Amino acid sequence: MKLPTTPGAYQPGNMGVNPRTAGWKSKAPVLDAGKCDQCLKCWIYCPDAAVEVTADKVRFILDYCKGCGICAVECPTAAISMAGV
Amino acid sequence: MGEREELYRLPREELLSGGHQGISGYGGTIAVRQALKALGPNTVIVVPASAVATVGGLNTSTAWRIPFVHSLFECAPAMATGIRAALEIKGKTGVTLVSFAGDAGSADIGFQSLSGAAERDEDIIHVCYDDEAYLNTGGQAGGTTPAGAQTVNTPQGKPTGKKDLLSIIEAHGAGYVASASIAFPLDFIAKLRKAKERKGFRYLHILTPNPATWGFAADQTIHIARLAVDCGLWPLFEVEDGGRRVTYAPVRRVPVADYIRAQGRFRHLTGDQIAAMQAQVDASAGGGR
Repeated sequence: MKLPTTPGAYQPGNMGVNPRTAGWKSKAPVLDAGKCDQCLKCWIYCPDAAVEVTADKVRFILDYCKGCGICAVECPTAAISMAGV
Repeated sequence: MGEREELYRLPREELLSGGHQGISGYGGTIAVRQALKALGPNTVIVVPASAVATVGGLNTSTAWRIPFVHSLFECAPAMATGIRAALEIKGKTGVTLVSFAGDAGSADIGFQSLSGAAERDEDIIHVCYDDEAYLNTGGQAGGTTPAGAQTVNTPQGKPTGKKDLLSIIEAHGAGYVASASIAFPLDFIAKLRKAKERKGFRYLHILTPNPATWGFAADQTIHIARLAVDCGLWPLFEVEDGGRRVTYAPVRRVPVADYIRAQGRFRHLTGDQIAAMQAQVDASAGGGR
């Protein structure tokens, strides 16, 4: 038996589409790419899946970032600073 | 293999989407993200009433990309047990069943179903993420709240100590029991991977500091979690088939006062009280408890 569902509801991960969290932060991380040595500490410590790692660089997904600043505190090369938004 | 290489080998896939409703700097969602790197997509997760249950769902949206079951407060391990039984009847193998409960859903309200699942040696992993208070209802004290911690209903500090749930589950004879910390993700992930390869009841307990109720700035979550381990209050160990092994020993222990003084919930403690805590930690040195 197939149960009826609301169209578009509860698609896996659909909370990440147009998230309400985008406006939560008062500060956002800024990366100094020259200082970043791609250690991925910011990525593994982020509570909000707001750090994306591509082949050669780290990028912040600001719609997910809540501005906690853990990445800036934990960055071993001080490549991340928090700036007002 | 170095730490950096190990991090690079972890899956990039986010099985808990960003945009979830967790508070800024919340340790619980860090634990979930790190756990999912080890558990992978072929996992069913059962979460009872708790902070992690509320952050992952809102109206008709969900942050989860794996099957997520929201159980009642007292029965996440029992529900995981039932799902395992249903999968067995349907002939589905290779699925990891995880009940992922907070400290209340594990040590207090959820304790009977946790104890039952451990005693019956059900084929599930239970992860207790421990933020040492009832966050969802405003931060009241619970069984795992440590002695001296101020909460909304222990304004002069909790008079009794932290319930040692790891020892309690160990005493059930569980095949695998381990403590973990969000500040040591590779240690946590290695333990979950080991647990995943085993059968029967497996138990992990991870300390997840929470800025709002512990009283520290949101950017200090990992720092506080690391201090808990480095001062000896939260040792990292595993017990595999009765064999105990410390998985991380701090090169030099930091004073307990560094951990206590960094948190608002312990602000009222006197130097003598902190010295007593230090003496307690020193007495248990290296014991992995």
